[in-house]
Amino acid sequence: MLVFGCWLIASTSTLGALFFSEIMDLPPCVLCWYQRIFMFPLVLLLPVGLLPFDARVVSYALPLALAGWLVSLFQVLLVVGLIPEAIRPCTQGVPCSEVQIQWLGFVNIPLLSLIAFSTMNALLIAARIRSPR
Amino acid sequence: MSRKSKRNQPDPVSPPSQAQSAPAAKRWSRRNIFIASVAALLLAFVSATLLYRSEQARSSQFAAAKNLPALASERSPTFGPADAKVHLVEFFDPACETCAAFFPHVKKLLSANPDRIRLSVRHVPFHNGSDEVVRMLEAARNQDRYLPVLEALYASQNQWVRNHQVQADLAWMSLAGLGLDLDRLRREMNAPEVARRMAQDMSDARILGVTKTPEFFVNGRPLPRFGLEELQTLVQEELRRAYP
Repeated sequence: MLVFGCWLIASTSTLGALFFSEIMDLPPCVLCWYQRIFMFPLVLLLPVGLLPFDARVVSYALPLALAGWLVSLFQVLLVVGLIPEAIRPCTQGVPCSEVQIQWLGFVNIPLLSLIAFSTMNALLIAARIRSPR
Repeated sequence: MSRKSKRNQPDPVSPPSQAQSAPAAKRWSRRNIFIASVAALLLAFVSATLLYRSEQARSSQFAAAKNLPALASERSPTFGPADAKVHLVEFFDPACETCAAFFPHVKKLLSANPDRIRLSVRHVPFHNGSDEVVRMLEAARNQDRYLPVLEALYASQNQWVRNHQVQADLAWMSLAGLGLDLDRLRREMNAPEVARRMAQDMSDARILGVTKTPEFFVNGRPLPRFGLEELQTLVQEELRRAYP
């Protein structure tokens, strides 16, 4: 089930993002927040169209997934190429802190996000093509 | 599309009523799979959290135990009697809001146990531009004005820290009226000794894994979790142990 797979990815990414920020206390940068805005709703939106299955859920979810994909692509390009330090050090809500980029993969999180959004878009588009309506 | 017109259309997805039982069962199992997935994901999240927390507590305990000499150098500003058996070490950034909020509570801990607690402070200017403010503090020590300067800086912090950016020229304004020789301060804040102390603080912070401020160690023990209550509990524990 393509949409179910998409939901699994969205939920895993959401919990992963919350783990990074709430448990590991890594302050999310602005771009991460934009990606979260597009990722978190899918966790609730997709099940509504799954139980029972409603093919239109794909149309509702795709704009979110596409927008999230664009932001994550932008961030990955930023990290790989242009300005690796385009992150803000101290974010409200987290105890005053600074990101020390000593932990293995600062690069990993944007990349994970890009992979998640790419897969979700592929699944949603596949679901759309397969569904006759 | 209005709700009514949607109702009137035949719904291609839902089956006619006589064939209800088979799809209903399918829908039911689908729901079970969904609920099971939710449970599995949450379980994975909770266990990862617990695992990470215990791992982190162990490793920070270990780092502090192994690196006791890194905790406080004799050059760090220290308050309280030298023979106090409870030694509190605070790593802080003068531009950090949480540090400012903690400071009155730290002072209260000290004043409640004047003979039993010694406080050493270390500077970790993580905020951009905060190193200049630390230099002011270090230079103020030469005029025996460390605490008044720190308190004045904390009190006016929201004026010289804007959006987590330090505006050092505004910080200078809060030094007025403290009885400081400002020309001397300006001269001495660039002394090599000040730079040495600051480098020592930063390298000790790295050794101890201090990446956030404020960070506390009580007789070498880090807080199990960040929080004011955790700090107070840890101090009480060490007090009870040292002064039974």
